[in-house]
Amino acid sequence: MTAVAGQIAAPHRYLEAQIRWRAIETVFWLATLLPFVASPSYLVLASQIAITALFALSLDLILGYAGIVSLGHAAFFGLGAYTAGLAAKHGWGEPLTGLALAAAAAGLVGYALSFIIARFRHLALIMTTLGMGLLLLEAANSASWLTGGADGLQGVRMWPLAGTFRFDLWGYAAYTYSLIVLFLTFLLVRRLIHSPFGLALRGIRENATRMPAIGASSRAHIRKVYTIAAVIAGIAGGLLTQTTETVSLGVLDFQRSADVLVILVLGGAGRLYGGLIGAIIFMVARDQFSGINPQYWYFWIGTLLIAVVVFLPNGILGGLNQLMSRRGS
Amino acid sequence: MSEPALATRALHKSFGSLAVARDVELTLPRGVRYALIGPNGAGKTTLINLMTGMLKPDAGRIFLGADDITRLEPEARVKRGLVRTFQINTLFPSLTALEAVTLAVCERRSLAGTWWRRLPAHRDAVDEAYGILVSLALGVHCHRLTRELAYGQQRLLEIALALATRPKVLLLDEPAAGVPRDESAGLFAAIAGLSQDITVLFIEHDMNVVFRFASRIIVMVRGRILVEGSPDEIAADAQVREVYLGGARHG
Repeated sequence: MTAVAGQIAAPHRYLEAQIRWRAIETVFWLATLLPFVASPSYLVLASQIAITALFALSLDLILGYAGIVSLGHAAFFGLGAYTAGLAAKHGWGEPLTGLALAAAAAGLVGYALSFIIARFRHLALIMTTLGMGLLLLEAANSASWLTGGADGLQGVRMWPLAGTFRFDLWGYAAYTYSLIVLFLTFLLVRRLIHSPFGLALRGIRENATRMPAIGASSRAHIRKVYTIAAVIAGIAGGLLTQTTETVSLGVLDFQRSADVLVILVLGGAGRLYGGLIGAIIFMVARDQFSGINPQYWYFWIGTLLIAVVVFLPNGILGGLNQLMSRRGS
Repeated sequence: MSEPALATRALHKSFGSLAVARDVELTLPRGVRYALIGPNGAGKTTLINLMTGMLKPDAGRIFLGADDITRLEPEARVKRGLVRTFQINTLFPSLTALEAVTLAVCERRSLAGTWWRRLPAHRDAVDEAYGILVSLALGVHCHRLTRELAYGQQRLLEIALALATRPKVLLLDEPAAGVPRDESAGLFAAIAGLSQDITVLFIEHDMNVVFRFASRIIVMVRGRILVEGSPDEIAADAQVREVYLGGARHG
């Protein structure tokens, strides 16, 4: 009894232990360096994975933590992509400031839209976000004088990273750049979800009715997290533009919004690493399957998605977690 | 004379042609323990919804202390000290008990927007939440997920969440709903032990509990306040006997 009382005498210690950096996390991030040595021919793919993981991390903040379902998250990815692309096309090819511009543009639009988002839940929310995504896609399509329309944005020329490293065909600079941005953003998100604000987001997800009854302004929280998520999605989009030196309408496509949702559900929403794991599995599977049979690869993704939702409702990470705790007990 | 803790003036609410609150005039002095009783459908929960802002009244005004709060949002009323619990558990299933109460503490202290500091760094908020859980005998369960707590413990957590907001007026909607009789006494003992600075109004159907813990009783029937008085007055009131206590007639 005294032992139990002694443990709980400092309840914040328990919370600290819950959120401390784990060895497996170090292993994960060290493993992200493997493509440099093990398979340099896959660096371009690795860069795409890092960008997709960043995009999924952004969706995880609003969907996994605050419970805000979005079917139009590509809107912010696309805004970031076009902003970075337009800056480079019109003479400003410096990557870091270009990325900051992409983040700012997506964040501004995200903040404006967050006032609508914070008013809705459930189906109305899904339809609203879907509508926003479609709206932006058509706007970009029709404003071909600005975006190049269906032909894509031509003439995006990036300056070397830090004045030294060129974005080449082999993807050394691209993957280095994407990975560093992913890691730094991840650290910020990790800090955020373990903060009082992160707890409030989980409160909204767990019971939106109770939040006002404990004096919480859910709408203010939702506006804030939606804006932050838009900024991160914009950074991901900007990264894609800068590392590939092209922008096509695909960055705004509904398919991209749907894919990132699938990635998050596969990996495990609300689990911090879920989007990252999901992105790796999804992108590698697409690379492999589309090599075999490009037309039908969604057949396998569909199968995988159903299997995960039926057998691992908390995603692949959730399933692993359960397995570990069962072995541990 | 200090002003009442909570008061309503000519409060009215209808759903279509059904009037669920008719000219409700309520005055709760500071520190009292009020029981709100009445048959099912009398409008007791509706009255709590109106006072806490979860429903908008068609007419009438609500005062918290000297302030007119009729137009305030629910969360703004909570910030001013008007707090409720729910008849049906309205909790955060996948948060631990400690996390849930800490969340309420952080909201009260305006810390919940802070995203650059870790939660355990706000040690005084965590300690305060833990203290509230200990005071309701939930201390040893503080790291368990809400959905894994026993039902009676979840009812206590309902109250813990409300207490974390530091209420001036606490509206308890059937705090012991679904709790076995022998356990409900303990739950009400916890309520009776609350600070005398807190004004409490509770809805309850068990008359033994009502007469034991309430200093004043309000009887509601069909959206109207029928009578208000001390337990002795209510027990002796012929009207109450007629319309509420089963319509049993004497002589």
